Amino acid sequence: MTSTLMIEAHGLTKRFGSTVALDGLDLEVPGGAILGVLGPNGAGKTTAVRILTTLSLPDSGSARVAGYDVVREAAAVRGNIGVTAQDATLDGVLTGRQNLVMIGRLSGLRRADARARAIDLLERFDLADAADRVLKGYSGGMRRRLDLAAGLVTRPSVLFLDEPTTGLDPTSRVRMWGVIRELVADGVTLLLTTQTLDEPTSSPTGSWSSITAG
Amino acid sequence: MTATTLVPSAPVASSQISRGLVRALCDVAVLTGRNLVHIAREPLRLSDVTIQPVLFTLLFVYVFGSGVVLPHGGSYTDYAIAGLLAINLTTSAIGTAVGLSDDLGSGVIDRFRTLPMWRPAVLVGRSLSDLLTAAICAAFVAATGLVIGWRPEAGVASAMGGFGLFLLFSYALSWGCACLGMISESAESAQGLGLVILFPLAIVSDALVPTQHMPTVLRVIADWNPVSAVTAACRGLFANPNPSATIHAWPMQHAVLASLLWSVALLAIFAPLATHLYRRRTTD
Repeated sequence: MTSTLMIEAHGLTKRFGSTVALDGLDLEVPGGAILGVLGPNGAGKTTAVRILTTLSLPDSGSARVAGYDVVREAAAVRGNIGVTAQDATLDGVLTGRQNLVMIGRLSGLRRADARARAIDLLERFDLADAADRVLKGYSGGMRRRLDLAAGLVTRPSVLFLDEPTTGLDPTSRVRMWGVIRELVADGVTLLLTTQTLDEPTSSPTGSWSSITAG
Repeated sequence: MTATTLVPSAPVASSQISRGLVRALCDVAVLTGRNLVHIAREPLRLSDVTIQPVLFTLLFVYVFGSGVVLPHGGSYTDYAIAGLLAINLTTSAIGTAVGLSDDLGSGVIDRFRTLPMWRPAVLVGRSLSDLLTAAICAAFVAATGLVIGWRPEAGVASAMGGFGLFLLFSYALSWGCACLGMISESAESAQGLGLVILFPLAIVSDALVPTQHMPTVLRVIADWNPVSAVTAACRGLFANPNPSATIHAWPMQHAVLASLLWSVALLAIFAPLATHLYRRRTTD
């Protein structure tokens, strides 16, 4: 990969009323690198991810993802990123397969491609047996894996994972780190947040940046 | 790295626009399909367009019908069916508010917002799946009516025109309800707010009783109520008893035109407003 920055942020600030959620965040992530953002609850990790993934507008500062400005070129940013949010953002009434196909179609894949991609991802994340079960019946670990699969449907060049291991049991956690290592090996640029570096031996190597309460 | 190549020629630009349009329609189709899967999985959600219309039709025809005497004669059952279409379709439009409010509370909208899709597709998809449920609702009212003796005297084409006017009105109204969904904190409050607004709208009209004997203020409101215009137009197209035809208020004299104008006006106001409210609600 080139050394071009795939994620860069300068002085990002976000306030909600009188609460400062983010106070001048600076980030630089070169292509193919992994950046872990470490911080306690309420430190602004999710706010940072929401701004970088175009869900939230910064009050000040600027950010570029995959070379595009997150405010002025939000549509182009969306075409290049995958997101796994902290809260479940899939449709609980659809099956796992239907969710992935829907996301593929809404990302511009043709029907056949979206279906094929869904099958690939369900197999890769060990969800093939549950493919046609309604999401409401999934366990926490399965839901999390499907969330991650959903972020990968379009083979994004930049992936954002907000607390991907939170709420998982130890086995699922190890498995999740395994998947994350594979993604990094594939050359995906990755930004992930976590509350604690609880699995230092199995966490992928990369740069870690800590973010403290605003 | 991704790189965009700019080719500055007009044909490319126009093909990009048409590709954008195809993408937008495709997004709408995908989300409409998603809503239909919801309905198929939870058929009880449809009770307000299946069980309720049957119940309302029977209750109103037999309870009200025993007391209402039409000014120019005619059967109350024949008179009532167009009105029951009005009552049921107006109140079932609340479903749009509830459905959108549900989505907004669930986080799935956040997922959609990180995708390179046409954003208003969420609203348009909802409006189309709700149009289908409105058609189901209308079919249940009509079927119940036929069973208890309702007969449209007009030809098939004219009667279909009546249903068409109602579905258009219902579609326009669902955009208004989309706005309610956007300003409601939860599905429950969307339901409550919708009922408070739509129930009086449906009742203060010529839907269930002729307006002739209403107090003056109510009568003026009822004669200018869009629900009355659509109902009167539909009665005309069904060739069923239509006491409103003798009322001098302009919408009652030009009921078909008035109901079309109302529907277009509601769409012209509420579709852009809903889109605006959606953007505002999903921006932080």
